[in-house]
Amino acid sequence: MDEARRDTTAQARLAARESYGKLLAILAARTRDVAAAEDALADAFAAALAQWPEDGVPSNPVGWLLTVARRSAGHAAARRQTAERSLAMVQMLEDERNDTASDGFGDDRLKLMFTCTHPAIAADAQAPLMLQTVLGLDATRIAASFLVAPASMGQRLVRAKRRIRDAGIAFAIPEAEDIPVRLSAVLSAIYAAYGTAWDDVAGADPRLAGLAYEAIWLARLTVQLAPEQPEALGLLAMMLHCEARRAARRGPDGNFIPLRDQDVSLWSRDMMAEAEAALRAAARVSQPGRFQTEAAIQSLHAQSRTTGERLHGPLAQLYDVLAGFAPTTGVLVARAVALAENGEANVALSQLDAITGAETYQPWWASRARILWLCGQEAAAREAASRAAALSSDPGIRRFLLAGGYRDGP
Amino acid sequence: MLMQYMLQFRETPEERAKPTDPARAGAYWVGWQAYIGALAQSGTMVGGNVLRPPETATTLRVENGTRHVVDGPFADTKEQLAGFVILDVPDLDAALEWASRAPCASGGSVEVRPVLPPLAA
Repeated sequence: MDEARRDTTAQARLAARESYGKLLAILAARTRDVAAAEDALADAFAAALAQWPEDGVPSNPVGWLLTVARRSAGHAAARRQTAERSLAMVQMLEDERNDTASDGFGDDRLKLMFTCTHPAIAADAQAPLMLQTVLGLDATRIAASFLVAPASMGQRLVRAKRRIRDAGIAFAIPEAEDIPVRLSAVLSAIYAAYGTAWDDVAGADPRLAGLAYEAIWLARLTVQLAPEQPEALGLLAMMLHCEARRAARRGPDGNFIPLRDQDVSLWSRDMMAEAEAALRAAARVSQPGRFQTEAAIQSLHAQSRTTGERLHGPLAQLYDVLAGFAPTTGVLVARAVALAENGEANVALSQLDAITGAETYQPWWASRARILWLCGQEAAAREAASRAAALSSDPGIRRFLLAGGYRDGP
Repeated sequence: MLMQYMLQFRETPEERAKPTDPARAGAYWVGWQAYIGALAQSGTMVGGNVLRPPETATTLRVENGTRHVVDGPFADTKEQLAGFVILDVPDLDAALEWASRAPCASGGSVEVRPVLPPLAA
């Protein structure tokens, strides 16, 4: 009996994970009231946890949850009779109940993602909002991953939801001509959730890795809902390539291991294969872009390490292409390193020096150490590495830098 | 569900100089007439007007029961309110779409604000 109860609880959890975003999208689409939809869903899941172990799992768990959530939203709206808005909401709920189209549980999660990344929503709220509404993550967990206090993350999310409702941001797929720009905002939010700079010599902050799985899940969902979008495929491919190396990125003692020294037998072949398939599907559309280029760079790195082939020339070229798409500080720093690895260390050093505003950017100093070492400037390289170490909050990376990890060989 | 939005048209000094410059006044008014005409025809416009220039504004404040009347607009910023319309549209994107077509969208800015629905009695 206990086991059956545990099973039911597990099934309720599973239904939650797989249907949360779908249900929220359906519930909030007309009212645009994300907070009210969240409350209704929370009631429905609580009811499921209470009732399913007694009565068994319903034949259509998602339909059951939707019905209970709608009833709960209706009750909540009726309680707030003073506000005229609630009357409108009751009417809308009524319309929705009679709307046979949404009874098929159409998947509106793509609309939800476009809403969360609407340009009228604060940039720093977009990725957190998407994680919360599509995946149902709580604010505390999101806050930890974005290195923000839980209270301020909670506030940021509340403000964003209020804005969707009050400013009247639609739950809709944008006009065809706006899709490239709007989709790029969706992808950037997913990328922000993933954390950046995995393969910078020292970029990775392990605390940012907490949402890697969720970000990949969102990218897979985007690809599934918008299969013809090459940049979505590119983003998925890039994240999978990086994620495939997770087990090889740290030694047993927590030491950081750079790509060039990783044990490739620890890389996930499945993820690499999925990444390559996504990249090939993207290439068939013939519309290159930022994320496809980043994925191609990761693909070349993987190929170079698994076959032993020297691909520094093509890598440097791809970084030039990437800098054309996205001339961010991170990309410009990585491009300089690629150039130095390709035998042009002195040119790379002047490229690095030309990047302004990077005095406290840890990857800049770590990359500087590597490039100076490739230039033959041992002492200066050591100094740059210690500056980079001082800017790093990760002990594994500090040890790596201070032990001369920017050099080749043991 | 329709929502009401106020579009506030803001003009830079450069834009504001156009209607008094004989060489540019014609094109300026043609642009606004076409825009307001299209809005009226779409059936989304609830109301709105073009305002006389900010120099004609008078600002009043009451402090401790005393009226302070000042010549000029409330804030002496570069961009000044030049007119407004109120629209009935389904969502923010529709309001932004209309805002982007305003003649001052490129030589100034358009602030888009949802109108608070009237409170129930």
